[in-house]
Amino acid sequence: MSAQTWSPKPARPAPANTVGFVGWARENLFATKLDTALTLLCVTLIVYTLEVVFGWAIIDASFSGEDRKACLKQVQGACWPFIDAKLGQFIYGRYPEMERWRVDWVFAIGALGLVPLLMPKVGWKRANVIFMLGFYPLFCFFMLTGGVFGLTPVDTTDWGGLLVTLVVAITGIVGSLPLGILLALGRRSELPIVRALCVAFIEIFRGVPLITVLFMASVMLPLFLPDGVNFDKLVRCLIGVALFSSAYMAEVVRGGLQAIPKGQYEAAAALGLGYWKTTRLIILPQALKLVIPGIVNTFIGLFKDTTLVLIVGLFDLLGIVQLHFTDSSWATPETHITGYAFAAFVFWVFCFAMSRYSIFMENHLSTDRDKES
Amino acid sequence: MQMFRQIFLCFGLLVMATLTVSSTAHATGQTLELVQKRGHLKCGVSQGLPGFSTPDDRGSWTGIDVDFCKAMAAAIFNDASKVKFTPLSAKERFTAIQSGEVDIIARNTTWSMHRDTALGVDFPVINYYDGQGFMVRRDLGIKSALELDGATLCTNQGTTTELNAADYFRSNAMQYEIVAFEKADESVAAYNSGRCDAYTTDHSALYAQKLKLTDPKAHIVLPEVISKEPLGPLVRQGDSAWNDLVRWTHYASLTAEELGVTSKNLKKMSRSSNPAIRRLFGLDGSFGANLGLSKQWAVQIIGSVGNYGEIFERNLGVKTPLGIKRGANALWTQGGLQYAPPIR
Repeated sequence: MSAQTWSPKPARPAPANTVGFVGWARENLFATKLDTALTLLCVTLIVYTLEVVFGWAIIDASFSGEDRKACLKQVQGACWPFIDAKLGQFIYGRYPEMERWRVDWVFAIGALGLVPLLMPKVGWKRANVIFMLGFYPLFCFFMLTGGVFGLTPVDTTDWGGLLVTLVVAITGIVGSLPLGILLALGRRSELPIVRALCVAFIEIFRGVPLITVLFMASVMLPLFLPDGVNFDKLVRCLIGVALFSSAYMAEVVRGGLQAIPKGQYEAAAALGLGYWKTTRLIILPQALKLVIPGIVNTFIGLFKDTTLVLIVGLFDLLGIVQLHFTDSSWATPETHITGYAFAAFVFWVFCFAMSRYSIFMENHLSTDRDKES
Repeated sequence: MQMFRQIFLCFGLLVMATLTVSSTAHATGQTLELVQKRGHLKCGVSQGLPGFSTPDDRGSWTGIDVDFCKAMAAAIFNDASKVKFTPLSAKERFTAIQSGEVDIIARNTTWSMHRDTALGVDFPVINYYDGQGFMVRRDLGIKSALELDGATLCTNQGTTTELNAADYFRSNAMQYEIVAFEKADESVAAYNSGRCDAYTTDHSALYAQKLKLTDPKAHIVLPEVISKEPLGPLVRQGDSAWNDLVRWTHYASLTAEELGVTSKNLKKMSRSSNPAIRRLFGLDGSFGANLGLSKQWAVQIIGSVGNYGEIFERNLGVKTPLGIKRGANALWTQGGLQYAPPIR
């Protein structure tokens, strides 16, 4: 008799209706009568919406043509030739066609500098930051405005479209974060004058709508300036937007500062760190990490607020799309719907990218202490 | 406390000083000199109005108001491209002209007494006679606005359009119902979907909005004009010489049309013995010099943008998508209102 070892029978597969897609669907979509009803309702809604969108954007749409005649069918969907014909305008505005390569270079170098900066794994961070905050703004300035190194000067009144949207948004973002941090620190400062000034600044700028700030800058300011002193509309806007968003940013950062336990300050003091070292090494890294969602929220808000510059006669992406609705050689019932859809898509891409990156950074920076188990 | 008072005082004085400086600079009235020294004309236009000022696919401004500024540049510099266009919103336009941000505004602005007398601006001339009208479906079979009794009207909220329509219906003892919307696009969409019997706004805009309807051919614009909307360029008050230049730029293009001078037959016409044409061409008299321009000023205008008829037909006329007839903007000799004083 040979020794028999006991071996269990191989387990039978789980019942067919509890595994795979069917199992998943039974558990998640059709568990109860209510679930089933909701699932069916949602599926119908999704299918209906997709059908409408798909029909409008692709099946009934026009794809080629030279003018409005291309978009005058009986059942008309999107008028894509309009976007095609105006794309250059939507991106560069009235920037001279011969000079558009300069904008392309600015975009390309910006992307080249930004991508490694945003990826935590890539080294050379310090050099990269110096490049992006020191060299790049100067490069953009000279490249876009021209007038030096044999570049033709291009008036900012000729800028437009995505170019203006990005210039306003990025200047606002880059300017508002440091300014906001300083204001937040100032508001929590123990020096009464600094605190009073910061509180006054924050409350004044948070208390008025952005449109008022822009309007003051564009309509009131010129009346007070002597004749001939007429500084650039775009610069006025940039300053207005940066100041405005720094007030919001300050409050977001202050939220983070208040969340840091007192023990952290005391521990830093025990180590012999002064105010600036405590702030820079202990407080800010923790505080900023806590408020990443709030910061990115402000950035996204700011990005969309750039559309308000239309009020002072600058044409951002949305403004220039709307401006081109008035071109009678493209006037059709579908033109403005197509234009708005295009603008919405571009804005969504940028805002969604910012939102995803913020989630990525939150995860990347999270320490176990923050994780809820 | 003392210090604060001093700071306030300083600030106040500074503001007052700058205000005085700017007002004196404006009152001296040497706009032409300034423009010539600068090398280009600064012209305020709309933020897009079909046929008046609108960008084409390449982003160059086109339209009847744009051509007005180009004509000015042609008269001053003999180069119609020496204009910088600044799109202005309705709200900022008057500040822009007062602060010297632009030299002239050609922005489909209605000449009204309030604007002329209270806002520190002058309206030298009318380059387009507009007025409120009605658009209806062709199959209603209506030929006149007087047949609109009991109609539902789509229009924009809070504009004079609504009041004008109310006045018109009341004075003709007709019933009506107004459906007002916040934006022009919404009113047009409502009219397009059959919510109203008629859509009312300014005539020039009616033609532009018509193109946005599903079937533009199924709609007609009724001939009645129920309000006066004289549109024209405007300049800062207090510079009569500049005022004259704006006025005569328009009159030169009208006179050219009246005399049959176009951008195409300039050469032939320059050999004409008609004394009126010779004066227009600067061959007799010193009309250009009196304006501070060259003898050829009118020829430069017509050569670069054409006479008024050509400008109108190119931007608004029946061959453009807008398809607007001359109507009130025909020459006085053809039953319209466009009338130029003689050049002599």
